Amino acid sequence: MSALQHAITAHADADTPLEYQNPHESVKITGFWIFMATDMLLFGCLFATYLVLRTHTDGGPTAHHLFDIPGFTAETFILLTSSFTGGLSTLAMRLGKRKQVMAWLTLTILLGLAFIGLEVQEFAADVAIGATMQRSAFLSAFFTLVGTHGSHVSIGIVWMVLTFIQIARRGLNQKTARKLFIVNLYWHFLDVVWVFIFTIVYLSGVVM
Amino acid sequence: MSGQLWRRLRSVFLVAGTSILFATGCGSKYFVLHPAGPVAQKELHVIEWSAILTLIVIVPTLVLLAVIVWRYRDKPGNKARYTPEWSESKKLEFVWWGIPILIIAILGAYTGKVTFALTQPPQKDAKPITIYVTSLDWKWLFQYPGQKVATVNYVEIPTGVPVNFELTSDAPMNSFWVPSLGGQEYTMPGMATRLWLEADKGGTYYGHGANFTGKGFADMSFSVIATSQSQFNQWVSQVKAASPALTKATYQKLKQPSTVGKISYSSFPPNLFNDTIWAEGGQYMQNAMPSNSSTVATPTNGAMSGMAGMNQDQKDAK
Amino acid sequence: MPTALKHFADTYLMWNEGYLIWISDALIVLTVIGIVGALTYLKKWRWLWDNWLTTVDHKKIGIMYLIAALLMFFRGGVDALLLRTQLAQPGEHFLDAEHYDQIFTTHGTIMILFMAMPFLFALFNIVVPLQIGARDVAFPYLNAISFWLFFFGAMLFNLSFVFGGSPDAGWTSYPPLTELGFDPGPGENYYLLGVQISGIGSIATGINFIATILKMRAPGMKLMRMPLFTWSTLGSCLIIIFAFPALSVSLALLMLDRVVGTHFFTMMHGGNPMMFINLFWVWGHPEVYIVVLPAFGVYSEVVATFTRKRIFGYSSMVASLMLITVISYFVWAHHFFTMGAGADVNTFFAVASMAVGIPTGVKVFNWLFTMFRGRIRVTLPMLWTLGFIPNFAIGGATGVMLAAAPGDYQYHNSYFLIAHFHQMLIGGVVNGMLAGMYYWWPKMFGFRLNERLGKWAFWIFNIGFYICFLPQYALGFEGMQRRMYTYPTDMGWGSLNFVSTIGAYLMGVGFLFIVWQVLYSLFHMERDTTGDPWDARTLEWSLPSPVPHYNFAVIPTITERDVWWAAKQRGTTDLLTPSAEDIQAIHMPKNSGRPFLMGFAFFVAGFGFVFNWYILAVIGLAGVALCMILRALEDQDEYVIPVEEVRETESALGRL
Repeated sequence: MSALQHAITAHADADTPLEYQNPHESVKITGFWIFMATDMLLFGCLFATYLVLRTHTDGGPTAHHLFDIPGFTAETFILLTSSFTGGLSTLAMRLGKRKQVMAWLTLTILLGLAFIGLEVQEFAADVAIGATMQRSAFLSAFFTLVGTHGSHVSIGIVWMVLTFIQIARRGLNQKTARKLFIVNLYWHFLDVVWVFIFTIVYLSGVVM
Repeated sequence: MSGQLWRRLRSVFLVAGTSILFATGCGSKYFVLHPAGPVAQKELHVIEWSAILTLIVIVPTLVLLAVIVWRYRDKPGNKARYTPEWSESKKLEFVWWGIPILIIAILGAYTGKVTFALTQPPQKDAKPITIYVTSLDWKWLFQYPGQKVATVNYVEIPTGVPVNFELTSDAPMNSFWVPSLGGQEYTMPGMATRLWLEADKGGTYYGHGANFTGKGFADMSFSVIATSQSQFNQWVSQVKAASPALTKATYQKLKQPSTVGKISYSSFPPNLFNDTIWAEGGQYMQNAMPSNSSTVATPTNGAMSGMAGMNQDQKDAK
Repeated sequence: MPTALKHFADTYLMWNEGYLIWISDALIVLTVIGIVGALTYLKKWRWLWDNWLTTVDHKKIGIMYLIAALLMFFRGGVDALLLRTQLAQPGEHFLDAEHYDQIFTTHGTIMILFMAMPFLFALFNIVVPLQIGARDVAFPYLNAISFWLFFFGAMLFNLSFVFGGSPDAGWTSYPPLTELGFDPGPGENYYLLGVQISGIGSIATGINFIATILKMRAPGMKLMRMPLFTWSTLGSCLIIIFAFPALSVSLALLMLDRVVGTHFFTMMHGGNPMMFINLFWVWGHPEVYIVVLPAFGVYSEVVATFTRKRIFGYSSMVASLMLITVISYFVWAHHFFTMGAGADVNTFFAVASMAVGIPTGVKVFNWLFTMFRGRIRVTLPMLWTLGFIPNFAIGGATGVMLAAAPGDYQYHNSYFLIAHFHQMLIGGVVNGMLAGMYYWWPKMFGFRLNERLGKWAFWIFNIGFYICFLPQYALGFEGMQRRMYTYPTDMGWGSLNFVSTIGAYLMGVGFLFIVWQVLYSLFHMERDTTGDPWDARTLEWSLPSPVPHYNFAVIPTITERDVWWAAKQRGTTDLLTPSAEDIQAIHMPKNSGRPFLMGFAFFVAGFGFVFNWYILAVIGLAGVALCMILRALEDQDEYVIPVEEVRETESALGRL
């Protein structure tokens, strides 16, 4: 136990999950929850901006004839699945099965890449018909909101690769377990944000 | 308690406050404290009442501070009580949570009342006159939809008549402020906001933009000239007879960043005000513009046609 | 001079703009030469790198924040004096409109974001871990990143003065004035990027201190036993994490408008400038409470210590802090009552804004009744605290007046408003930060500051303050707007403005006295060997001054509020000092140069974006990414201080 955390009453017994056993590591999980609160606020502001500006189409493309139902449905399905596989990697970690962790992590990364691929394709298709973010306030807000989520996902992918490397090199210990746990927390968080994007941006966009 | 007494009390407070704070004396240049119309008068009431109510807390606090610091100073031989562990008193705390809550409740209620009142014309008896105000870089354009004349950097109004200023901007946002007649309101591109003012007595009142707009901001003053109705009518016919017309071309030139003096125009392009709003996104702001549904003259043609009507339709749809 | 060179000098160095720029350039070059020369001559480069630039020690980071804050206080103060000089009389031509606009913009931005923020972060860093019995903050490495992001953000912002031109649209930076069409120069970009970079650091600080306070308290340090400064830090950090994202978003979107050509806040293609104003103040108003809550915390500590009495109404102090934290989110629209919102909206925000006055008023009364039946020692920290109360009473009263919406229609954007918020920010925040600096100075450096010079500084600064700002209330009633670079003679504003300028200069003199005081005290030290020079109450005073880098040789167990005072009263202070057999090896975080390099990489990226030099921007961002990847792959970031070393250090301090 790190002396920095003398303050924390350590009760690491067999029931405590690996990532929480070392208080020096578990405080980072607390910190990450706080970070997610701020990130949620950041997305909240972007959502608010989008909601204000979504009718400001300036005679250009509207949500209704821009959004491609099969496309965003596929994106949603892929991202939700990746969140599930990410969750499975955490479960495998708690059972101490390193190979399984790495397998689920690989699958999660691949699904993440597929999601990003589809999103890039969607954006490229929009731009090709002149729906650029310079066209109208609606499109500025749309690309910024969805693009911010997309860049979060991209960072998440890089982060997962780094976590993968560390687990491959060092195996599962209190530190790598904590890292895996946090990157999965982040991944689930992005999934939740996407659910909001799916309903507030895409679904209500094609309905209204 | 009689209104008389309160009025006297208020003036005592005012004189005391101003003579302490404003050692230079209280001349007529204190626009805010010498209202020339009912709107500024109402606002001064709020200012005075809020000052008095806060003084009820502030004065005892300061006296208490002085007394306590003196009485309990750490000097050898100081015989005042010393109770190092005394740190709770529900009764005392009840008092200083209670009194501010009470004061805020009173002031809040009064504030709400006046805030709502100020969205209405200052009086119901006289028929209001509407003036469109556009802030430009760095000048003020006034258009009279009823009289069909326009001015730059000065605005003539009849006394005793509520004036409905409809405000917008064809430049970075500004704020329209005539302290003698009443508080300000922002002028914003793509928006129309409304400000009711009225002058009780004739005179020339100082007006200025209050929201920073860049290099020429310090030169954005204008005069509000209040005259009797007949003099006002005379002025209108004089402008109509003697001044050039404001055309779309002159407007484009006027719009360019510059500072100019006072100008009068005998006419202006009929939909200029609404077109300006529309060009900068007015269609997205209709629900936020309480004013346009009733008083902005319905345009006869152009993109803006039926803006007021459209707003009405939307309301009906709800 | 070759034309290319002249073009460069005129465009980027602004050498065609006259002597103010030349003097500044010369001063900066001389200062840099002086610093580099001194470091080389004294062979201090290694020392600088090892002890300061790479440190992750919260106390040293706090000291660096403090130095930066004082330097920025100086810069912002010079700006203020330039402004007041220009306004001293009507029709003055000391500055032209453009320079005046730039200076009031940098004055506001620097004072709020690069002076007040680092000043309170300095106190958070120095005090909080010591008050709760921790060896460092929860994330020491992140703490260093926060500092360097702040530092390089501030440097980027300040660079604008001599390279490319300063921002000139006010610290609030409202579009569409700040859109490319009206403001094409690089100044606005400097503002957006400098504030953005340091803002990221602030969010990280907020996260760090919440985690520290929630998770790192010594055994027995229950929440309701925490010193009030720590409570105020918690409140302030909660506001930071919930408010700063709004600033990040508003700045980022405006940046997109300017760099990419989007239409969030433009006047075309459906853009909506009011969005920015709302987002900005969703951060901007809570920001006021971010900076003032820690000042309240300082006052609470100071008043209790220097009256030798328990703080009155601890629970209601905590309650009012938390109440302010919550209400602060529901008042932002009072910054634009005049934007045409309905009377219902305005009334709601008016009443909410007045309501903030209730818990703040309660705090003032609790301080007063802490002094009541106490024994008041008027030392420097206490003096600044006593000076704060009348200031805050008047500022609070005018605040309630401003909150009454119909009154605000008349005060808005006038000098009445200027006087009000300076009274809150100087009388409230600066007084608090200075009181805190004087109070914890011995803890930081192991010596006290000279009292006599400090008293001169206090009286000159405070008298200057009233002379400067009381006339500005009157100027507001006379209809004078803020941000006018000059005014005509016939308005009659001349005499009050002149008085106000005299006051401003007095405040400048007061500041110089503080500088003199610090320098004098460096050479004529009054060493503090007790660790507790004020006979204070809380845990940090149980440690020697300056504090050893591991803080607590043995983490103490906390049994009650004001634990150090209670131990002194009972004669049981040995329970809070270490005994040789309890000492164990201590794990501490290793120093790292990466936070510094990452801050620098952010600076490079920001600089690239300012001038749309994308290659530079990409290089900078790549540097940031590299630093993060290296950190992610790092395995060992701690080292161990052996038991013997801790014992030696403690016995050298006479504590064993």
